[in-house]
Amino acid sequence: MSETDLGLWGVPLAMLAGAIRVSTPFLFVSLGECLTERSGRINLGLEGTLVFGAMAGYAIAYETGSPWLGVLAAAVCGAGFGLAHGAMCSLARVNDIAIGIALMLLGMGLAFFFGKPYVQPVAPDLPSIPFGFWSDIPQLRAALDVNALFLVGVALALAMAWMFRATRIGLVIRATGDGAEAARALGVDPVRVRTLATAAGGALAGVGGAYLSLYYPGSWNEGISSGQGLMAVALVIFARWKPVNCLWAALLFGGAGALGPALQSVGVTGGYYLFYAAPYVLTLGLLIAASSPSRALAGAPAALGFNR
Amino acid sequence: MTMFKGAGRLSRRGFLGAGAGAAALAAGLRPAHAAGLTVGFIYVGPKDDFGYNQAHAEGAAAVKAMAGVTVIEEENVAETVDVQKSMESMIQFDGASLLFPTSFGYFDPHILALAPKHPDVRFQHAGGLWSAEKHPANVGSYFGYIGMGQYLNGVVAGHMSKTKKLGFVAAKPIPQVLMNINSFLLGARSVDPSITCQVIFTGEWSLAVKEAEATNALIDQGADVITAHVDGPKVTMETAAGRGAWVCGYHADQTALAPEKYLTGAEWNWPVVYTRMAQTMLDGGTIDNFVRGGLADDFIKMSPLGPAVTDAARAQFEATKAEIMKGGFAAIKGPLMSNTGAVVAAAGEAFEETDVRLESMDYLVEGVIGATS
Repeated sequence: MSETDLGLWGVPLAMLAGAIRVSTPFLFVSLGECLTERSGRINLGLEGTLVFGAMAGYAIAYETGSPWLGVLAAAVCGAGFGLAHGAMCSLARVNDIAIGIALMLLGMGLAFFFGKPYVQPVAPDLPSIPFGFWSDIPQLRAALDVNALFLVGVALALAMAWMFRATRIGLVIRATGDGAEAARALGVDPVRVRTLATAAGGALAGVGGAYLSLYYPGSWNEGISSGQGLMAVALVIFARWKPVNCLWAALLFGGAGALGPALQSVGVTGGYYLFYAAPYVLTLGLLIAASSPSRALAGAPAALGFNR
Repeated sequence: MTMFKGAGRLSRRGFLGAGAGAAALAAGLRPAHAAGLTVGFIYVGPKDDFGYNQAHAEGAAAVKAMAGVTVIEEENVAETVDVQKSMESMIQFDGASLLFPTSFGYFDPHILALAPKHPDVRFQHAGGLWSAEKHPANVGSYFGYIGMGQYLNGVVAGHMSKTKKLGFVAAKPIPQVLMNINSFLLGARSVDPSITCQVIFTGEWSLAVKEAEATNALIDQGADVITAHVDGPKVTMETAAGRGAWVCGYHADQTALAPEKYLTGAEWNWPVVYTRMAQTMLDGGTIDNFVRGGLADDFIKMSPLGPAVTDAARAQFEATKAEIMKGGFAAIKGPLMSNTGAVVAAAGEAFEETDVRLESMDYLVEGVIGATS
């Protein structure tokens, strides 16, 4: 604790801190969805995967005493949900949107069921790295306490962008996203590519959930997610299916979400419901600004059917 | 039998229920005092949330331990028509004759819709304002003067704060929440009149990430004692203690979440209240429709003082508590202004804890930084 008076500087600081603290689940889920959609499938069920990942991560961390094992468990469970989605969508005449919604509800229901005994216990948190050690201002030090998962997420965004651009795996995924014929022309089975991409996407969403329960806010209960998994799916469209854009979108969303509490803390107390809507208003505004009546949705994988 | 009225509207479910109800009647489950009592508890969230629902569930557990009483519970019931279905099924299938639908939003319209159809079932609601002219006679409301507990929280907080800034994470600006915020600050100001309290409203009863953000924002602005009025204060307590701030609990005992940083807490004492009400029913009596009580009536209690609490704080805490136990204590007393400059209480005017005007509070007192809308 300190007597340092930040005054209005608290607002940008809170937005910076919020961007780092709150963005991680958005980042992981949107990267996962980005990967899945680039292969030509939509998995709307990531909210359920996120909630289940949060529960599984918390439970395993509590039982084993290791938060990293919790993250691993969340990733495995997430991959399981992704695999289920991918496998079911591989059947003929099955709609990926409907399966996604069904899996979302299933994931949440299972998480609530299995998570019941873990609402009360306190599981160990993931460690953070104190990048603010050079500063004398405790608030800044707290803001720069960055969780390792955030850094992993940033690295992953860059790696995924490189993968899509420069590797054969990236080429295969992109080709599959452009259509099954394109994939077959490359000599790969589109169903297999899509199923694996959905499983990997699910694993990332599970990790996003583990961040919620094991670091920030760092507790498991049935209301732990406030729709991060759903918003992150929308963020992918906002980010035009580009992993690095997913990073910016997640940061923007996290920072804007911190605006409401931060403004109240410096005494701007009126209309907080309006400030709480800031992230959504911002998203809508940017989407409208970036849209064009004459041009198709840039970057959309053709197999998703957005441009038909 | 009024339950047959419901049969037409509820079709199969209601028909089956009516049958079950009749069977229960034949088996001699009613009247209640003759052969035991079935009590139903309904919670809006998980019953182990370290907060509002846990406090009620602890009351339910105490009732369960009574001889001749069966307790049924349901969690995570939304404040929608869902709660009507839950109540209906507890009455029809389980033969419940005393119901505790505990969430604030269950009262109007849900309890009020169901009560006239089941005149022999008693509906007990926490926090609702029952009035004889408007509401059925088989509905009762009860509540505790927990603002006094927040006042005592404030006394300890006032001693422990170095920055003279307190922080309050609040859900919605309804009278009970405003009463708690005002009481917390006024308790602290009884120690040092220069203390202020910053409040952040999250807008929802349970919103984990926003509660954590609000807690961080309060601490960034220098608050060094944090309390909350949300459904489950677990996130606030853990986040604040993690940042090194002191915490004061609410609803239930949160000592386990921050053993070093926990100062004290304002808790509900529902086990005492609920066993009393169940005993009244068992004895064939009638529970009063409008029940209120405070520290002296065992409706609320304080968490044990934490290890960090100083002797001076402890002394004033005990003295103030003894004062409240005598009855007639007024946290809101003149001269007192609101934080928008309106007169709350003129010089010499006092709102005792029992004053029903406090239950329609719509202001924050001077020294609270925040707005009611």
